[in-house]
Amino acid sequence: MNPRLRVNPIACEAHGLCTELLPELITADPWGYPIIASGPVPDSLIPLARRAVAACPTLALLLSDGE
Amino acid sequence: MTTPGTAGRAFPPAGLPRLIPADGPLPLAEHLDRYGPVPFDDSGPGSAGRLRPGGLIAEVERAGLTGRGGAGFPAGRKMRAVAEAGRRAGPLHSQVGTVVVANGTESEPASGKDRLLLTRAPHLVLDGIALAAEAVGASRGYLSLHAGNDELALHLAAAITERERGGLNRVPIQITSVSGGYVASQETALVSHLNGGPQKPTFVPPRPFQKGAHGRPTLVQNVETLAHIALIARFGAEWFREMGSAAAGSALVTVSGAVSRPGIYEIALDMPVGDLLRQAGGPSEPPQAILAGGYFGGWLPYPQALGVPVSDPALRAVGATLGPGVLVVLPESACGLAETARIAGYLASQSAGQCGPCLNGLPALASTLGQLAFGRPDRRALGWAEQLLTLVAGRGACHLPDGAAAFIASSLRTFGAELRRHGSSGPCSRVRRRPVLPAPGLTAPARTPPGRTPPQRARPEPARPGRTGPRRSARRP
Repeated sequence: MNPRLRVNPIACEAHGLCTELLPELITADPWGYPIIASGPVPDSLIPLARRAVAACPTLALLLSDGE
Repeated sequence: MTTPGTAGRAFPPAGLPRLIPADGPLPLAEHLDRYGPVPFDDSGPGSAGRLRPGGLIAEVERAGLTGRGGAGFPAGRKMRAVAEAGRRAGPLHSQVGTVVVANGTESEPASGKDRLLLTRAPHLVLDGIALAAEAVGASRGYLSLHAGNDELALHLAAAITERERGGLNRVPIQITSVSGGYVASQETALVSHLNGGPQKPTFVPPRPFQKGAHGRPTLVQNVETLAHIALIARFGAEWFREMGSAAAGSALVTVSGAVSRPGIYEIALDMPVGDLLRQAGGPSEPPQAILAGGYFGGWLPYPQALGVPVSDPALRAVGATLGPGVLVVLPESACGLAETARIAGYLASQSAGQCGPCLNGLPALASTLGQLAFGRPDRRALGWAEQLLTLVAGRGACHLPDGAAAFIASSLRTFGAELRRHGSSGPCSRVRRRPVLPAPGLTAPARTPPGRTPPQRARPEPARPGRTGPRRSARRP
């Protein structure tokens, strides 16, 4: 099962790096907070997802196998 | 009616009420005489504890008891998760055992059942805490109340002292008070508060059953759920299921609004809404809708609601919930849109301000609802409201945005005709009526016109030095 992206909404401060780095799966709401596409991350996007996770300044973006 | 116990052996209550004796609160001795001794697992041969194959947790699972605090999660499954997590975790530092937290904060404004239960049947709740603590291997218990209930806290402290003499406090039970608003009684917020942190929900995982108060697996259970557990421990799952049908057992329901006898009723689950309203004396003036489940629930149109069974699954199937057992009858003389707009403003004011979509989305929803109710709604305003509903749902650490969205969405469904009337001829005269739904601390209805205000940035509270508290789990090594 491919990993899923998740955001910790308490940690997120809407810096917007994730929406810049991974527009395929992450879009911004009217206030700049990320909206994550549902479902697992496809194979082709896993490296980019990892990069977006690493770039988040508040470590709010998480890549996990889900709960 | 309850048959008085003979020689320490009590007969189960055959009908209703099960939870709140009409002549309560009973002193400890009378309580034990009526319900029987507290059936701890090791209460000796012939004790009720010995009659439960698989122990209390299995019995609660067989009973099909669901949480009575609002979410309706199966109580037995939650207990099992805590017990297993406790065994896996083993001792941590100097702490051993798990923790039980009885949630009596009751922050739902239209609910009064937990307070009544704690006032009139304190020993049943305390029995439930002691029995649940034994079942999940807890070494300490907490009873959380809303701040400002000093009289209730003293009453319960006296009950706990009374049990001390009877040797019934096998784990210490400490009363704690929570002063925050709607979301402070959410289980992760209670745990955060007990750990010295802010009274605000935290990001999960870890969930309280994994890592809660004192870092230990923690069972957070509503006080009514614990009272049911105290009865199931004594009289068994089969007895519990004699009441109710698809949803098992009885529940306390707070009935208010336009009914002749508003109050708290204990009912067999799955009783039709109409029968419960008849018990409450019927409508006191012509009704138009019913709010089921409180402010995380939903509106149902009046005549159609009467046949719906009062239980969480049945109410969810028609777009409402049972929540913590709340029914409010809205009279024809009130405007459903104005009521909803006001509560949308209340819920926006209750945001902990931690999550951006909630901090920004709920005030935007409230002001848009304000325009729908008090202005002349056009298609654009309605479209924006519908878009906002999808923007906030599921995007907070707690369920405040989801619950608010479901509540507001139900108003757009139920008061659709009203919405069109407001659209064609402006707000109705009923918007000026005295509000039906309670909204503590909110005085003026939301009347601000919708505007795209600059986004608010959710800033986490700075860590308080010298206090332990769960912070952002992502920063943990």
